[in-house]
Amino acid sequence: MGMQFNNVFKSAVLALTIIGLAACSSTSDTEEMAPVAQTAGESDAARAARLEQERLERERQEQQRREQAALNTTVFYFDFDVAEFQPSDRETLIVHARNLAANPNRSVRLEGHADERGTREYNLALGERRANSIRDFLIVNGASRSQLETVSYGEERPAVNGQAEDAYRQNRRVEVQPAG
Amino acid sequence: MFVLVLVFSLRLSAAELNIEITRGVDNPIPVAVVPFAWDGANLLDEDIAQIISSNLEQVGEFSALSRANMLSLPSEEREVHYRDWRILAQQYLVVGKISQVPGGQMVQVQWEFFDINRERKVLGEVLTGSMTQLRDIAHEISDVVYQEITGRRGAFSTKIMYVSAEGPIGSTIFKLHYADYDGRRAQILLESREPIMSPVWSPDGGQIAYVSFETDLPRIYIQDLSTGQRRQVTNFPGINSSPVWSPDASKLAMVLSKDGSPDIYVLDLVTNELRQLTDHPRAETEPAWTLDSNSVIFTSDRTGQPQIYKVDATGGLPERMTFDCFYCAKAQFLPDGVNLVHVRRETRQDNSYGIAILNVQTSRVIKLTETALDESPSVAPNGSMIMFGTTAGGRGVLDAVSIDGRVKFRLPSPQGDVREPSWSPYLN
Repeated sequence: MGMQFNNVFKSAVLALTIIGLAACSSTSDTEEMAPVAQTAGESDAARAARLEQERLERERQEQQRREQAALNTTVFYFDFDVAEFQPSDRETLIVHARNLAANPNRSVRLEGHADERGTREYNLALGERRANSIRDFLIVNGASRSQLETVSYGEERPAVNGQAEDAYRQNRRVEVQPAG
Repeated sequence: MFVLVLVFSLRLSAAELNIEITRGVDNPIPVAVVPFAWDGANLLDEDIAQIISSNLEQVGEFSALSRANMLSLPSEEREVHYRDWRILAQQYLVVGKISQVPGGQMVQVQWEFFDINRERKVLGEVLTGSMTQLRDIAHEISDVVYQEITGRRGAFSTKIMYVSAEGPIGSTIFKLHYADYDGRRAQILLESREPIMSPVWSPDGGQIAYVSFETDLPRIYIQDLSTGQRRQVTNFPGINSSPVWSPDASKLAMVLSKDGSPDIYVLDLVTNELRQLTDHPRAETEPAWTLDSNSVIFTSDRTGQPQIYKVDATGGLPERMTFDCFYCAKAQFLPDGVNLVHVRRETRQDNSYGIAILNVQTSRVIKLTETALDESPSVAPNGSMIMFGTTAGGRGVLDAVSIDGRVKFRLPSPQGDVREPSWSPYLN
């Protein structure tokens, strides 16, 4: 029993240290991370339980922050002539999907776009395929079909003007917008 | 929703296009168009002779003699001395005079056309119209002169439509314009805060169809040009785009993605019956009709990259038409029914989209343009020129190129992007 307890305690401290480092480097929220003082008269068991409680709370907050950051990411970029989203966007999109699953009344509009190269009507098809690739992934990860509306603007609504590769990269995208 | 339908009027827009010739032929046919005499007191709004000269020069096959070099200024046959024009190496001569019809705004234009080498009058006629129709009269004369010299019908009296986008990103205003073939007398047909795409003409030129995003979704509309009345033709989920009338005017081909991916459909405009022509999980788009209205050509990326296919208008298995290009799209037959104009990117490496013509009998391909971002080719009804959208100086502009690729002119716009020219059929 004592042995087991010790392990829980150790991992709690370790987790606390990691979260503390992460928090110190990225936010001003350092006050919470101050070393935990021993409350007078608190038993070891009570103290460990309290630490565990605090750890879970911090984890929850960290998780929430990461999810909010993911939800704030609403533009997803695509490679030239490619309709599949980038693998690095998977985690972010999973957060979007879970958020939709948890909020059945929420719905979003997926707006697909292409860069200006190639014909306009083919680019309209390409923009739709991009929006659909994100829509299908969101459905697989828990969103409901009825929460998702797609529309393609093809090359008609660029994010930035210009004929440079950098402009094209920013224009090949799907934007997640709140839907009416 | 912000969309403004403008009823067709004679109000002129300030944002007119002007033609600049960027290339010409080596040995153009010399034509002299003498300033037309005018018996009225006030100056005329339009210079008919100047318009005729510009028209002929714009198609590149002709050179018009400068007025400063003319040795005499005849306005009718008895004043013409062939020697004056032979010395100047002219082959053809156009003269005319304009007179006011008593008691009104009408004018009479008497004009004559001479073959200098043969020393004979080829034809002469009298046209009557209002003061506001002087440009129309000038285009009419140009059409006749063009036909007399080349044997082909002129397209100077035809019109174009095009789309413009003005203003910064986020507050762009889209407009559908209507203008003479040379960009003059531009008028606005539709104005919207949402994109407008793919304008096309009905075969008789009385109606137009286009895609408007005014409901936040791409939907097809048909608008009557004389009344401004319009109706939404489609409201299917997904893409509703690329409307195009069959040459016999009975059907409208279009693209719908209601079943998951864009496919070609044909709407019978009489029975309202919708027929699906293609059924493929990849993209099928950009339909165009064969001249006999029996088949539809379209773009499909079913093999990975866009290529051009042809399918029977009643359905069936599509036949692939292009093989030797990385990207071949947006095809349309010329009036000869043999040559297929299209947007072409040769290889993955070359990264430039040009306008090209494929002869479907010989499989020979001629590239007409060498700019990088050419798209939306539209053919003049006489097949002599192709107008297309391209990019110059960071802006969308309209260019036209002769069917042999030797002559090119540009219609610059004073502001914003212009794109998607659509050349009308013959309107008279």
